[in-house]
Amino acid sequence: MKFRAKIVDTACLNHFTRISNMIAKLAKTCTLRISPEKLNFILLDKVANGGVSMWCELEQENFFSEFQMEGISAENNEIYVELVSENLSRALKTTQNARALKIKLTNKHFPCLTVSVELFSVSSSSRIVTHDIPIKVIPRKLWKDLQEPTVPDSDVSIYLPVLKTMKSVVEKMKNISNHLVIEANLNGELNLKIETELVCVTTHFKDLGSPQLVSDSASQGRNVEQMAEVCIDIKKLLQFLAGQQVNPTKALCNIVNNRIVHFDLLLEDVSLQYFIPALS
Amino acid sequence: MKCLVTGGNVKVLGKAVHSLSRIGDELYLEPLEDGLSLRTVNSSRSAYACFLFAPLFFQQYQVATSNQDPVRCKILMKSFLSVFRSLVMLEKTVEKCCITLHGRSSRLVVQLHCKYGVRKIHNLSFQDCESLQAVFDPASCHHVLRAPAKVLGEAVQPFPLALAEVTLGITRGRRVILRSYQEDEAADSTIRAMVTEMSIGEEDFQQLQAQEGVAITFCLKELRGLLSFAESANLSLSIHFDEPGRPAIFTVEDSLLDGHFVLATLLEPDPQSQGLGSPQPHMPGPPLQASSTPPLDDFANDDMDSYMIAMETTVGIEGSRTLPSLSPGLRAPCSPGSNSEDDDNKDDPSTVPGTPPPKKFRSLFFGSILAPDHSPQGPSPVLAEDSEGEG
Repeated sequence: MKFRAKIVDTACLNHFTRISNMIAKLAKTCTLRISPEKLNFILLDKVANGGVSMWCELEQENFFSEFQMEGISAENNEIYVELVSENLSRALKTTQNARALKIKLTNKHFPCLTVSVELFSVSSSSRIVTHDIPIKVIPRKLWKDLQEPTVPDSDVSIYLPVLKTMKSVVEKMKNISNHLVIEANLNGELNLKIETELVCVTTHFKDLGSPQLVSDSASQGRNVEQMAEVCIDIKKLLQFLAGQQVNPTKALCNIVNNRIVHFDLLLEDVSLQYFIPALS
Repeated sequence: MKCLVTGGNVKVLGKAVHSLSRIGDELYLEPLEDGLSLRTVNSSRSAYACFLFAPLFFQQYQVATSNQDPVRCKILMKSFLSVFRSLVMLEKTVEKCCITLHGRSSRLVVQLHCKYGVRKIHNLSFQDCESLQAVFDPASCHHVLRAPAKVLGEAVQPFPLALAEVTLGITRGRRVILRSYQEDEAADSTIRAMVTEMSIGEEDFQQLQAQEGVAITFCLKELRGLLSFAESANLSLSIHFDEPGRPAIFTVEDSLLDGHFVLATLLEPDPQSQGLGSPQPHMPGPPLQASSTPPLDDFANDDMDSYMIAMETTVGIEGSRTLPSLSPGLRAPCSPGSNSEDDDNKDDPSTVPGTPPPKKFRSLFFGSILAPDHSPQGPSPVLAEDSEGEG
């Protein structure tokens, strides 16, 4: 099992740092999956923790100038390790003034993902910061629990409004209620609703557009005004929204009536999927 | 005692108080002939800090009015810090600061003369005290590092604020490394903390007088305090140190002031006790690069003692008694040698910490009491009787 990669381009480095910051906001610990073409940050949460799942995928060649890996075996050419996401984001925080970044799997006193950063310094000398992030190597037999979640057939698919706007709305709603109903239809309408004994608040978004063709749905005999809704934990939604520092290229929300809401984001060349299950 | 600080020096004084406040809860203020000294020591007496502001630092400096004993006092750090709390305020509005201390009135008076004729007067109550004096000598240390505070400030920047201790060492190629120190190596790898190591080339240092392989471990928090002072004053910081267990002395100096921070360093376990400790398998992973050095990694043993800085409080003339501890040949006071050498009369009760020491220090006392062959016949050295009369 070997892994070694290098980033020299500043833009790639900043982008990678942003991704790791986002992951740290979304998941306390996560699984990093390394395969010859891709890197994945995975959170497949247990029901006990609220059942939130995350699947983040990036193409290694968009980031790394060098990338060598050797998995467990030739037919299972992958590596799965578990790490505390904040460690990675903290390690990458030191790259602000970096010349190059290297990431390696090492086994110093314990298995670790070693991030070493070569910094610019005033003098000609080089300064190197090395971070050894403790990891847990996940054995082959547990890999099957860490596969990409299947996206259930959604009742409604709709583009999200500007996430910052959404975040400021949800932030205020969080002060009033613990759960929130998110509902949408094929006519480009999305509502965020909270209800308590004293007050009901609904924020309406219009003309959001949908990737599903209205004509298709109509031909299937569906009513485009029909709302699909799901009631979720408001904190989980806010966590997802707070993790987004840059506005994504594409942001899609898929709702399966009363079951799950699935957010599908494209951040430049990185895809992020985030699943929040309905409250029972 | 009366002294007057003006202009930018008010902020310098404020900054010094800020860095002292990272160490102790009490501030010892003592006007001396060669300047005003501000000193503090932490509760476990493992860190001591002192600033001496030369008379030239002040617009006016008067040690004592006639027929008065030179006064010194001890005040709560919190109350003195509150006078200098806002550095922005000091810089923008305070034009001069006047500190007066009289034996008659039991108040230390700090007056801040601000813009527009505003005057803030702080009357701080104080306690009489003995002179606080740690015994140390930078010249006796074998190893010296000196670098601009900015370089060292950048070097500690990657370390999390919560990190307690760092290891400073010299590695192959005469590179200086700083590494986060982990106490509990045997912990489960998932809850283990990230280890960060900073490696800096020799070129960034103004002086590097230490051979490869030496390393010491000390508390980072106190160093950060001194660094932020030195960075704002654009000074160089010197680090004088010796073998592990001996105190490390951090100094800043210019013509108007000098600052000394003396920090205890962790005593490395000897190979024998390491064998008795947890039989943790030592797995030397492939070194990542030349800068990662196996010799420094070896902190596997949890049972580590720490050196205590010998403190002396004198009632009479300072330095009338010499403390044995820091002369080069001697070991830490907890070690067998010094116990038997130091008779009870040398073991001033003031070396016993006022508060229960943190866990690393506790083993130090218990160790010396329990070891049968080293315990003197009389009372254990730690529990020595008051020796004022004999001294």
